[in-house]
Amino acid sequence: MNWSKYSAPLSFYPLAGNMIPWFSALAALAMAVGLYIGLLVAPTDATQHDSYRIIFVHVPAAWMSMFLYVVMAIWAGIGMGLKARLSFMMAQAIAPTGAMFTFIALVTGCMWGKPTWGTYWVWDARLTSELILLFQYAGVMLLRTSIDDLRRADRASGVLALVGVVNIPIIYFSVQWWNTLHQGASVSMTAAPKMAAIMLTAMLLMTFGFWMYSIAVVLSRVRCVILERESQPAWGDPSSVPEVAEAR
Amino acid sequence: MYWGSVGEFLEMGGYGLYVWTSFIITALGLTWEVVALWRRRTAAIADSRGIVRSIE
Amino acid sequence: MNRPSLWEALRGVVRRDLMLAMRRRADVAMSVFFLVIVASLFPLGVGPEPAVLRTIAAGVLWVAALLACLLSLGRVFTADYLDGVLEQMVLIAQPLPVLVVGKVFAHWVVSGLPIVLLSPLLGLQFGLDGEALGVLVLSLLLGTPTLSMIGAIGAALVLGVRGSGLLVALLVLPLYVPVLIFGAGAVTSSMAGMGGEANLSLLGASLVLSLFFSPWATAAALRIALE
Repeated sequence: MNWSKYSAPLSFYPLAGNMIPWFSALAALAMAVGLYIGLLVAPTDATQHDSYRIIFVHVPAAWMSMFLYVVMAIWAGIGMGLKARLSFMMAQAIAPTGAMFTFIALVTGCMWGKPTWGTYWVWDARLTSELILLFQYAGVMLLRTSIDDLRRADRASGVLALVGVVNIPIIYFSVQWWNTLHQGASVSMTAAPKMAAIMLTAMLLMTFGFWMYSIAVVLSRVRCVILERESQPAWGDPSSVPEVAEAR
Repeated sequence: MYWGSVGEFLEMGGYGLYVWTSFIITALGLTWEVVALWRRRTAAIADSRGIVRSIE
Repeated sequence: MNRPSLWEALRGVVRRDLMLAMRRRADVAMSVFFLVIVASLFPLGVGPEPAVLRTIAAGVLWVAALLACLLSLGRVFTADYLDGVLEQMVLIAQPLPVLVVGKVFAHWVVSGLPIVLLSPLLGLQFGLDGEALGVLVLSLLLGTPTLSMIGAIGAALVLGVRGSGLLVALLVLPLYVPVLIFGAGAVTSSMAGMGGEANLSLLGASLVLSLFFSPWATAAALRIALE
């Protein structure tokens, strides 16, 4: 099968459109089962009692926030290497979803912190790293919107994404270092309860569900980006897209 | 089923406020993203139609 | 005519930038004044109690130095960009990353080195003494060039973009966080009796890494900005 024909955005458009329902269905199913197990079936935790259940959204959201940044950087790298427009569009489409998961991770982290540590915000390694990750997402998105020229915007935010992805493990290490520097024993919300297998199952299901959701949403957004960009007549005939042709 | 009653389920052992706030915020976030994306798509299609028409 | 060697090209860039900076000596003064003002704001905000000031000294002085570096980033490339000299630099036969190192080094001499030289005085104002002062100076000596190198990436990315002052801050501050942690951490652990060596080594490593990698990123960003 000739995959390279899909590197043209207007060819990729219908392919993406066909994939979205499948990923959406997988997402809904995985999240439903995960929530059922996590909220209804899994037993309580000895130390944290029922507040531990927040991990069923907090941890998957945190994982997705980091995973999506890496994927975004990979697409940016491919775009710069192959000079492929569609790759940059994928990177553009990923950023808002990644930022949203980062935000969810932060908020749920606060909700978990209050019953566990007594305060809404704790300067522990993971929450602080998530906060800085949010700034990095904001930077990539703001840089893109600040530059008028599309090509420059693509490549500049691509460079920033690549630099930022190198920064993520560095931040992780340095913030953990900073924690041990100031507190002896590290305050860590990653000291999660010893996970019974059933808790782990629910968490993995939720992670998978978030992942499928992300793919569906990113594909949907990249289709919007394609429509918005490819409406320049020089780049392609947008009436090859069925919804647009319907109007005639 | 772990819970004895619906009341217990909503209470979450006293932590109901935190647990449910977390899940509701997550649900709101995902829903908002989907809705915003749907609106963006509608606008993009309308714009494309407008441009196609103006070319003809 | 012989092509100048890499080393000569580097020296040429540094000399040119330093000479230009000498004509605008206000730039040196600006970094210094900013540092002093910001550092003075904290006692005004927090109160003059010596014990409190000693506790926050490392963090405050490092954040003030970091902000001074951040503000000076607008001057790394902008003048040459507006003159068209930057375009020439991209086109000539010398590797752009080397020229970038030269420019950033000259920029550090003008904007960063004064911070290092002034820091003992500010440290004294905050009640630091002896070993802590030495560690402060050393941490800034290692840290400010790193901040300049990393900051140059941001400066290159936002060349000519409107609102670039605030934008560059947002882009660069997440990259500055590790250097801040190691730098302030060196002084703090020295004051706590644990010695600053571990953090200073990490600072040194950061400097070396930034010298190797940020010129490439900066050069890429410059090419993107100039197309």
